[in-house]
Amino acid sequence: MNFVAAIGRLLISFFQAVGRIAMFTGLALFHSLRPPFYPRLILRQMIDIGYYSLPVVGLTAIFTGMVLALQSYSGFARFSAESAVATVVVISITRELGPVLAALMVAGRIGASMAAEIGTMRVTEQIDALTTLSTNPYKYLVMPRLLAGLAMMPVLVLVADIIGVFGGYIIGVNKLGFNPAAYLKSTFEYLEFKDVFSGLVKASVFGFIITLMGCYHGYHSQRGAQGVGTATINAVVSALILILVFNYMITELFFAR
Amino acid sequence: MSTNLQTPKIKVRGLKKAFGNKVVLDGLDIDVMPGESVVIIGGSGTGKSVLLKCILGIIHPDAGSIEIDGEEVTRMSSRERERVMRKFGMLFQGGALFDSLRVWENVSFGLVQAQGMDRVQAKDIAIRKLAAVGLGPEVGELLPAELSGGMQKRVALARAIATEPDIILFDEPTTGLDPIMSDVINDLIVDCVKQLGATTLSITHDLASARKIAHRIAMIYNGKIIWSGPVSKIDYTGNAYVDQFIHGRAEGPIKVEVGAISDPLPGSRR
Repeated sequence: MNFVAAIGRLLISFFQAVGRIAMFTGLALFHSLRPPFYPRLILRQMIDIGYYSLPVVGLTAIFTGMVLALQSYSGFARFSAESAVATVVVISITRELGPVLAALMVAGRIGASMAAEIGTMRVTEQIDALTTLSTNPYKYLVMPRLLAGLAMMPVLVLVADIIGVFGGYIIGVNKLGFNPAAYLKSTFEYLEFKDVFSGLVKASVFGFIITLMGCYHGYHSQRGAQGVGTATINAVVSALILILVFNYMITELFFAR
Repeated sequence: MSTNLQTPKIKVRGLKKAFGNKVVLDGLDIDVMPGESVVIIGGSGTGKSVLLKCILGIIHPDAGSIEIDGEEVTRMSSRERERVMRKFGMLFQGGALFDSLRVWENVSFGLVQAQGMDRVQAKDIAIRKLAAVGLGPEVGELLPAELSGGMQKRVALARAIATEPDIILFDEPTTGLDPIMSDVINDLIVDCVKQLGATTLSITHDLASARKIAHRIAMIYNGKIIWSGPVSKIDYTGNAYVDQFIHGRAEGPIKVEVGAISDPLPGSRR
């Protein structure tokens, strides 16, 4: 096969996908600005994303904080900088690990379930049925999910930040022999507003990405059980990749000198 | 019968739609007059569903015009389209009930979401509509997944008529039901339509159903209407295609394309 043609085909399908996603996003945003709004549905999605994701996100955060304290302690001990552990834990959690790991977990949970649910609705003609009942599927299905993702991810990440720092504190105080007050003091001493804020901005963007990918792939699901399965895989994988890419870009925006 | 002076409820002219290389609709014309019940028959994959979805605006045709009450709808904005959609009720082949909502919420969906009716009043109407299709009020509290196929079809019918639409479209109303339940659904359709005085357009390949609910039958083949006439004439058309179809013979002018795509993929629309 012609190698150049294969690359060309790949590029074309890539840009087609980008174009379709951009149009989907544009339509969803356009429809989200005009009534009717569905507060009941928005609330339900917020609870699903924010409340029901708490256990898995909390678990991720506490172990991440614990392992971070342990690793940075054994690393820093090589050049007698053990006192930096608390600062390293809080900065890594708030800037990077809190938002990224929470987003990865939520992408698996929420992105997959949205793609499967909307994909099934597509396959069983429920989305067509919405249109025939004078209800715009972008307003009814997509907008509440996007909004809930945008609003709830920062809340989740804030909780993850606190739990993660607490995980570090447990290990620092109980295992590594830090004085509790001193550990807390050095946790907050060098913490800047920007560290937490940048993490929350990331969280919001990630929440948007996860719900957008879930809705987009579900909305364009192909027929049958296999189609819905593929849509679910695509939703999760594309969300994971986009999260990592956007994580770099937002970090660059905030912290590159 | 209808006169030419009346404006047709649905007027389709030169409708074309292709998915990739596969031409599904190839210059299709059809009129449905007010109060008329037209049934389109035709084999699987002949573009029946695509025609309905074009009329509903779910699929955009490549060419041709669709007029609803004399209004051209193919070039309407989505907001105008929603206004026209309020005249429509649609019964989907698989029912397409919203499985996250209770039965009564499904039936009253159009009333609550599109007309802004309050839920208490809408529930009353939903229960009345359920009674009209022979289901008790206790069914209203169930989820669609808890119903049998025949009951789901009835609920879907109740949802289609709940907003008392002018025009009702039926997509294979009896597919997947046993002959007796099919007949029950056919009777319900005839009753409901008579009560509402609605105009209906149905597609089916079930001839017993077509004979029961149609005033006029049209046969679709290769993306065109090849015959149309009153239901009483269906057995004496002298049209070899129609004859082959209504007698269900494998031999005849209609060649079954083996390996043809039965329907476009839903993801490829627009």
